[in-house]
Amino acid sequence: MKSAEGVSRRGMLVKIGILFNGAVGVILAVPIVRYLLAPGIRERRPGAESWLSLGTLGQFPEGETRLATFRHPAVDPSDGETANIPCWVRRVGGEKFQVFAINCAHLGCPVRWFPQSGLFMCPCHGGVYYSDGSRASGPPERGLFEYRYKIEQGNLVIQAGEMPTTGAPTARLINISTGKPPCA
Amino acid sequence: MGAWFDARLQLAKPIRETLQHPVPRQTASWAYVFGSAALTVFILQIVTGILLALLYVPSAGEAWNSLQILNHQVTLGWFIRALHGWGSNFMVAIVLIHMVQVFLFGAYKFPRELTWVVGILLLLLTLGMAFTGQVLRFDQDAYWGLGIGASISSRIPVLGPWIVNLLLGGPIIAGATLSRFFALHVFVIPGSLLAFVGVHLLLVLKLGINEWPMPGRIVRRATYIEEYHELTHKDGIPFVPGAIAKDMFFSGFILLAIALCAVYFGPFGPSGQPDPTIIQTVPRPDYFFLWLYAVLSLLPPSMETPALLIGPVIALGVLLALPFFSGEGEKSWKRRPIAVLTILLVAVALGTFTHLAGDAPWSPVMDAWSGEPIPEQNLKGRTALERQGALVFQAKQCHNCHALGGAGGERGPALDRVAVELTEDQLIRQVIQGGGNMPAYGKNLSPAETTALVAFLETLHPVGLAPAHDASRGVESGASP
Repeated sequence: MKSAEGVSRRGMLVKIGILFNGAVGVILAVPIVRYLLAPGIRERRPGAESWLSLGTLGQFPEGETRLATFRHPAVDPSDGETANIPCWVRRVGGEKFQVFAINCAHLGCPVRWFPQSGLFMCPCHGGVYYSDGSRASGPPERGLFEYRYKIEQGNLVIQAGEMPTTGAPTARLINISTGKPPCA
Repeated sequence: MGAWFDARLQLAKPIRETLQHPVPRQTASWAYVFGSAALTVFILQIVTGILLALLYVPSAGEAWNSLQILNHQVTLGWFIRALHGWGSNFMVAIVLIHMVQVFLFGAYKFPRELTWVVGILLLLLTLGMAFTGQVLRFDQDAYWGLGIGASISSRIPVLGPWIVNLLLGGPIIAGATLSRFFALHVFVIPGSLLAFVGVHLLLVLKLGINEWPMPGRIVRRATYIEEYHELTHKDGIPFVPGAIAKDMFFSGFILLAIALCAVYFGPFGPSGQPDPTIIQTVPRPDYFFLWLYAVLSLLPPSMETPALLIGPVIALGVLLALPFFSGEGEKSWKRRPIAVLTILLVAVALGTFTHLAGDAPWSPVMDAWSGEPIPEQNLKGRTALERQGALVFQAKQCHNCHALGGAGGERGPALDRVAVELTEDQLIRQVIQGGGNMPAYGKNLSPAETTALVAFLETLHPVGLAPAHDASRGVESGASP
């Protein structure tokens, strides 16, 4: 009887021990999981989607498309050159602009502007866009991503901060032509 | 001395028993060497990986420079990099060959279902190592490869953007991205690989190596264990020294081949600096993902997202379920034609896609317009207008997608005989309105340029083959046909 009591007592202690460790595990897991998921929590990210200057209006001749770069706002010391983000600035005329993301709307490769033929071409899977960013041919299902812009004290300022991808909210917010080929 | 240690460790007996466990006589075969070779290459990867970690700097600003130092300044740094890079290529290849052998020999059937399932996990982890390793070689290919990975992930419904941020460690590809891929490549995936390799080996020891499949020897759950026991104990040989010799020779041969490749071909990259503002780049994946690159280019746009998101789930589901709905029956490939055909089909498909991705005909050749001159025979004896058209052809980047005399892009058709295939009117329409995956050039060509260009295109026909012409045109204008 004594031994039976002893066993049940030890068994009880083991169960309490497991419960205790489980509780401590949960207490530790909460901050660990939060730490892991932190990059995905959008509201807590400083510097995302800021207004960034691309330079004075004089740098962008009317009717032309030029490469501009900006430094990402939430930059870490270890980012190096990766925090320099390029984009294509098309000055349609006057204060009317189009600022395109460098990333192809297919899978994000860097599109290149060919002023002679007025086309953006992607070196990866062959996506092609017209000068206004609408889809011309190839695998992309939509036109190039566009940044919001405004003119402030003679500077072209864009709202940027996130790598544009087809699923990203930035991309969805901005209304972009679906790429019907313009009839000449 | 040995006895002193063994009195304390007590490992000699279990080790001897493990090494000398009986295996079926016929498994001492060259077909059974790939598993051990994969293990050998894995060990090589661990050793060379640790050696590289002595100098590699996992920082977006410094990684590329540290690879340059490894390549050019550190004594034999290039060789260790080359061993690790070639080791990874060989590892992916050997793991795949091992999988094919195991599949064709029916080794996944009862009672080795779990061995197969763990093997699938090992395949995924190996591919994970390959992709994350490519990221650590933090160059332009790695940077834009990450962009492609992020773009694919972003298409996952609802969770997509959130997963992109989690994958990149922030809103863009930057320092945090490299750090987390370093943690994956150096701690998380290798740790899991070690654990699952341990389980895989334990299962092979506990259940015994798959016997050589004989046509007509049917696997039945009720009798298999007994039959296998009989096979190993009546007609078996000890693993050491009976079967291990071929494993050792093959592993040694593979290591030698990796070393020779490393010496002869050298390390992989790094290609250009991971500076996104350098856009003069043509990103390409490493060879084991080339097939995927081809698939992404060739799928119709509307099929892409479903294929990307559902395809892998189905493939994985089929692989994992395989031992459970064909756990019994014939093992021999001679009686399993569908298994053999499946392997052939997959191999031919992967091979074709990989081969296609080698010269990527779907990508424009970005510098053909300035780098590939128009062949001389297309200019000799032409009129001023036709030569002007040739100039338009170059200046408007037509050459990036259309080949002339075998040079230039292959995105669109080669134009060496376009005058035979299209009439003048059709050429004008095609140039101005585009279509059939060609952009419309109407806005970017003046009428004079179009006239010149079409005049040039009209000269592109083989000698002795007249250009196509619209017969109705002559009738309409009253001329005799």
